Amino acid sequence: MSATAAPAAADQADKPKEAKKNRLSGGFFRFVLTRFLLIIPTVFILVTVVFFVMRATGDPISAALGGRLTPQELKARVHAAGYDRPLIVQYIDYLGGLLHGDLGTTMTDNQPVISILVRYGSATFELALLALIIALIVGIGLGRLAARKRDHAADAGIRTFAILCYATPVFFLGLILKLIFAIWLNVLPASGRSSLSTEMQFSRLVSPTGFYIIDALQLGDVNVLIDVLRHAVLPALALGLLTAGVFIRLVRTNVISTFNSGYVEAARSRGVSEKRLLGKHAWRPALIPIITVMGMQIAMMLAGAVLTETTFEWKGLGFMLSQYLKARDFAAVQGIVILIAIIVAVVNFIVDVIAALIDPRVRY
Amino acid sequence: MAGSTTTKLASKRDHRLEGFNLDKKSFWRKLPIVKQLRVAVGWQKGMLITGLVLCAFFLLVALFAPVIAPYGHAQIKDASGSFPAQEAPSAKHIWGTTAGGFDVFSRVVWGTRTAIIAIIVAVLLSIFAGVLLGLISGYFGGWLDRVLVMIADAVYSFPSLLLAILMAIMISHGQSGLVSGILASGISITVVYIPQYFRTIRAEVIRIKESAYVESARVVGASTWRILTKHLFKNSTRTLPVILTLNSSEAILTLAGLGFLGFGIEPTAAAEWGYDLNRSVSDVTAGIWWTAVFPGLAIVLIVLGITLVGESLNDLADPRLRARKSAGEVVGSIENTSVDEPTDMSARNEVVAELDAAKNPIASGTPVTVTDRDADFVAPEWTGEGQGTGAADDRGEE
Repeated sequence: MSATAAPAAADQADKPKEAKKNRLSGGFFRFVLTRFLLIIPTVFILVTVVFFVMRATGDPISAALGGRLTPQELKARVHAAGYDRPLIVQYIDYLGGLLHGDLGTTMTDNQPVISILVRYGSATFELALLALIIALIVGIGLGRLAARKRDHAADAGIRTFAILCYATPVFFLGLILKLIFAIWLNVLPASGRSSLSTEMQFSRLVSPTGFYIIDALQLGDVNVLIDVLRHAVLPALALGLLTAGVFIRLVRTNVISTFNSGYVEAARSRGVSEKRLLGKHAWRPALIPIITVMGMQIAMMLAGAVLTETTFEWKGLGFMLSQYLKARDFAAVQGIVILIAIIVAVVNFIVDVIAALIDPRVRY
Repeated sequence: MAGSTTTKLASKRDHRLEGFNLDKKSFWRKLPIVKQLRVAVGWQKGMLITGLVLCAFFLLVALFAPVIAPYGHAQIKDASGSFPAQEAPSAKHIWGTTAGGFDVFSRVVWGTRTAIIAIIVAVLLSIFAGVLLGLISGYFGGWLDRVLVMIADAVYSFPSLLLAILMAIMISHGQSGLVSGILASGISITVVYIPQYFRTIRAEVIRIKESAYVESARVVGASTWRILTKHLFKNSTRTLPVILTLNSSEAILTLAGLGFLGFGIEPTAAAEWGYDLNRSVSDVTAGIWWTAVFPGLAIVLIVLGITLVGESLNDLADPRLRARKSAGEVVGSIENTSVDEPTDMSARNEVVAELDAAKNPIASGTPVTVTDRDADFVAPEWTGEGQGTGAADDRGEE
């Protein structure tokens, strides 16, 4: 394209390169497309499973309002909402709504589920992102250290730490962190996303994003930013350490196995330093399995977020999910669960594409 | 061996192989854990033993819960009157009491029982369903296989806790008594883990079903069921112990997660750690630590125990991850002749460098020969010794 305008010499030089690139991107494009199309059956299966599982024992209205209405009133409500139609009709109806982005209405506070997702999704995203950063820093750092000090005391210590991270339920870790830092030492806030004064400041914003860190930057007030960050430390740490345990194990295992492979051996025999071997030769290929597993980890993190948010009253999707669960508002639960299913499918897609970018062998 | 046809020979083969090992193994030594325990060295052995001790401890507590626990799981008063609420640990209530007046120590002890029953139910059910589906799917293939794989993948990629919540809603509508509660939690967890067993068994079956002995069994006229149960099942369970242990620990976390969200077992029906932690969230804010710390520690320790066992099994099954053997045990072991099943792990020698032996408490420090192609670590100091660095396979020359 731009090559036509370029001088002839440059054109000559560019040609082979461009041809090569085209060939690569063709295969890559095909991979991305097939992988993208695979999302559809995955989401479809999950939506179907979720729908029928949720409706197997009754309609959401009876579940949410069962004790509070007379049988006649209940029947009228059920009929009005169309929950007395055959299940398959409701299912098709639900699928149709889903295509238009309509996930139903909550029973308890009568809001469209989609608006709840928009309002609280950002909080969960912010928490998950912060936790992922912590998990990656801790996981990669300690994992590499353990691989380098294989079979030594440091390795045993780090592995024990990793197993402990994994063995501790995220809500218990949250409670302990809260107890130590918020109650006994009293250096960090115990719950919530920000203090009241910060919330007041945010209400002045013209276009709040829902991401408190970004909102705080918008305000340009250092105290607000510090307040938001102070609130985020404990939840992000709890959720991050949960995932860090898995990353430590992964990084360690993969670095050790690439460290044993023939080409590293060859590099070593050429006199490449151990440090460089670990940092360059063994490191890059070790990254691929880690990225592949990251999709799973993000799915796990979303489940962890439900528990973390409940522990810290972090008002995100997970917190709302547990609230709706308590209220037996299954329409809302269904909506949130389906949204998470879609997020998981999309994240797995992105992760696969990244893995394919790094490692051409993944493409098929 | 491919020439031998009857199904009897398949089992005979195993028997003959055992004869090749230097020491005749008793039944006790062939038990999964015991075998690994003998193979493990150094801190890896420590990890395995710690895990086993923790597991045994919790099993005993669950077994003798009525003897250990001073009060019932839902008891809020005794002969001398009602228990005080949120009382700090004292002589009468050694771990204090909860806001509801329960004795924390008794709840934790009884909770062990709930946890262990839930694991057993969950693991047994999911193994049964997962293995069966995996065998059928892997052996027959076709559209059934494709559909099952797709469903399993979709379910597998989904956060397990959310799936368990859905199942709990379906099974018990969120409220449950003792048996139904444990069953509901067990089944909820089951559904989550079926795909893992399914995938592993299916992969193994696909690998094995082309082998000569399966084909010969088919030629001889063994029924499909017999091939499935006898030839395929027995040979595809290699990786099961590892998944099983790792899943049991996840099962406990899922059960606790369900309880924490108020979807587990009602407190009057049975003691459940997750529920107790849920109740303790508000206690913690008031500085009351004992209602949270003890049930939480119980979860951490039991999961830690199971995970340590699972991790050790996993590492021992993977020669790349196994802690390197000391020299003394390597010498004199006889090569395992089986191609696809390196059962005797001590026969698979790992390279031991002197510098490594020096740090290994068990190693004698005597010079070591390279006995395996798997030269997994060569330090710069090492190369000065003039030994081969594993370019050639030196096996059998020792």
